[in-house]
Amino acid sequence: MAEQTNTPANLKVTIDNITVEVAPGTTILQAARQIGGDVTPPAMCYYSKLEGSGGKCRTCLVEVAAGSAADPRPMPKLVASCRTPIAEGMIVKNITSDRVQEARAGVVEFLLVNHPLDCPVCDQAGECHLQDLGYEHGKEGTRYEFKRRTFEPEDIGPYIQLHMNRCILCYRCTYVADQLTDDRVHGVLDRGDHANISTHISKAIENNFCGNMIDVCPVGALTDKTFRFKNRVWFTKPVEAHRDCDQCCGKVTLWQRGEDVLRVTARKDEWGEVQSHEGKPGWICNTCRFEKKKASDWVIEGPTKINRHSVISQGHYLGLKKPTETLPAVMDGRDPKLMMDIHSVSEVNRVDISELPGPATSDNFKK
Amino acid sequence: MGRKLLLDKAHVENIRLYEVYRREGGYRSVEKALKSMSPDQVTDEVKKSGLRGRGGAGFPSGMKWSFLAKPEGVPRYLVVNADESEPGTFKDRYLMEFIPHLLIEGMITSSYALGSNNSYIYIRGEYAWIVDILEKAIAEARNNGWLGKNILGSGFDCDIHVQRGAGAYICGEETALLESLEGKRGNPRIKPPFPAVKGLWGCPTVVNNVETIAAVVPIINEGGEEYAKIGIGKSTGTKLISACGNINKPGVYEIDMTISVEEFIYSDEYCGGIPNGRKLKACIPGGSSVPILPANLLLKTAKGETRMMTYESLADGGFATGSMMGSGGFIVMDDRQCVVRHTYTLARFYRHESCGQCSPCREGTGWMEKILWNIETGKGKMSDIDLLWDIQRKIEGNTICPLGDAAAWPVAAAIRHFRDEFEWHVNNPEEAQKRNYGLAHYADPLVVTA
Repeated sequence: MAEQTNTPANLKVTIDNITVEVAPGTTILQAARQIGGDVTPPAMCYYSKLEGSGGKCRTCLVEVAAGSAADPRPMPKLVASCRTPIAEGMIVKNITSDRVQEARAGVVEFLLVNHPLDCPVCDQAGECHLQDLGYEHGKEGTRYEFKRRTFEPEDIGPYIQLHMNRCILCYRCTYVADQLTDDRVHGVLDRGDHANISTHISKAIENNFCGNMIDVCPVGALTDKTFRFKNRVWFTKPVEAHRDCDQCCGKVTLWQRGEDVLRVTARKDEWGEVQSHEGKPGWICNTCRFEKKKASDWVIEGPTKINRHSVISQGHYLGLKKPTETLPAVMDGRDPKLMMDIHSVSEVNRVDISELPGPATSDNFKK
Repeated sequence: MGRKLLLDKAHVENIRLYEVYRREGGYRSVEKALKSMSPDQVTDEVKKSGLRGRGGAGFPSGMKWSFLAKPEGVPRYLVVNADESEPGTFKDRYLMEFIPHLLIEGMITSSYALGSNNSYIYIRGEYAWIVDILEKAIAEARNNGWLGKNILGSGFDCDIHVQRGAGAYICGEETALLESLEGKRGNPRIKPPFPAVKGLWGCPTVVNNVETIAAVVPIINEGGEEYAKIGIGKSTGTKLISACGNINKPGVYEIDMTISVEEFIYSDEYCGGIPNGRKLKACIPGGSSVPILPANLLLKTAKGETRMMTYESLADGGFATGSMMGSGGFIVMDDRQCVVRHTYTLARFYRHESCGQCSPCREGTGWMEKILWNIETGKGKMSDIDLLWDIQRKIEGNTICPLGDAAAWPVAAAIRHFRDEFEWHVNNPEEAQKRNYGLAHYADPLVVTA
């Protein structure tokens, strides 16, 4: 940030009773990320590598108990930590504030009321930020009793699959298109609860860096068509690799099953964002992402350290306990039943469950 | 008879024409400001007048002007917000339609004070014919030397441009308006930075309501202190109220803020009472976004004082027992009106007009509409009322722009003051289904509830 050089003095900020010194111009969220751990508010739309992102999803709302040392009045409303800069002596409450917790639970509920919850058939499952957010801040049930919102499927090109029903309108992909590619052909059409990501009109997104839209998408709205239904991410093995690419940094993560490279993505940091290499965000080009699907195309560096935003590392957790209850004990004599008809809202399988004679099997869906 | 400062000449024949307007004393404020005052003196007069923003929030205009950043070499802009889309509000339309030169005159004077060489009128797309009226007035003003280069030999250049919106309520929010004016999608910006620092095309900008800018004309003509003598306390000057609903004389009234709500509704000079001998049930005093008030709380505050048509008095008691002056869209409801139906209509409006940028408003407004429709059509449950309350609480204050608050407040106030009507709908589903209107007998608003 430019201000850092002009005013070298660091600012003190207290977040949940932990004081940290940050450079001027830092936002509350960035300061909290310096502290790390539970203190960091979740962020669904903010992306530090995309200028102008943030402020939209409202999951990172925090309470500012004192605006600054000079003016210690509290801010009346909760503020979006991703877009609020630090002032000297600011006191911020995140997990220590009941108001914040309540508001955040509300936002999670709002994000989920129209989400199809088709995680079982969603390629993003396992590395989905909305799943993490739901587990961490959501409630078990829903109070929403209406039909979920659906959109007509839209084909946006040969590489990227758009599932508008899953979209939370974080706008990250539009920032990617604005800031990484020359001509943006997609954007947000319509407004309100029928606002949707689409192209105008029915264009294909074919820019050489458009694949990064997949990496920035926090949910399964934009997924890799070359990886579609190939595998669940937690069955694949992430490996760091690189190649000489004249268009991008060439530093990627390969998602392998055995020797096959099923998917190529940019490397992600612990916040689920693309890693920086030598101060530049490590966006990768479409050639690296979609065309180089052989292990021989790449120089393998070693296994990837998997961050908290993934169930991929489930086998590596320490102190894992085997559950003592057996399934029959949990079911307590009840028959298993279909909890929710995800197929009615998912775009993946257009099957009417009620028309199936018996328990649904995968054969039914292949028809 | 109250004083009229804005509309006293509005019905002079052919006042839309420059010659007539000038003959009636028009453009005196421009002469006075450009020939005998410095820009800061004009701002000081506006400060002294105590003029408060007429668009809804009631923020002191002089203060807003003094916040305008003035870096060297960067243009500054004045943008007039004529995107008057609040249900129940139609005062700016009246002003622009009948006396367009008043707005142009106010804009020239204000542009001089703010140092804006290019000023914009952002007008809602539905006011298509008013665009013609304004552009004709601007052309007349330009031909007579009130716009253009070196106005009146003062060295001040100013031009005014009219830009039509495309029919979005959200573009009345000042930062969404600026986005739209720049040719982008009308999404509100995240504040800070405020427009006074970084507004139109990244330059310092003041966004003011039509009526606010028009009020600058009498302030400069008569002096800020004279203007401040009208009204009570911090509610100075005159305010246009657009009255509609169950009243004998709907229309736009200019009031000096010294009369009571009761006088405004029942006096023949203003609304002329409730038609057909009906009783007053409720009223939304400031446009659809502000909380609805039942009759007993409308005429008298919770403390038993007479409620006046002023910013302070209408807001007396906070949202628990008060409301807001808002934009002056005064909607009166008689005892045949159904509050649930009415709340549903508003919820539907806000769902339709939400920009969809931030999640509480995008998802919450649609959810509230669906629940209200269920209650209205007799499919509701008692728990739905509490659910509505919870949803509105989680929207309010958690959104980027005030549209979330504006969607939450009417629902909150309707449940707060008319919970018995919601419960009636749940308890009498068949009757609620059969008729959408006329539920007077079960909820008499004149009975004071503790």
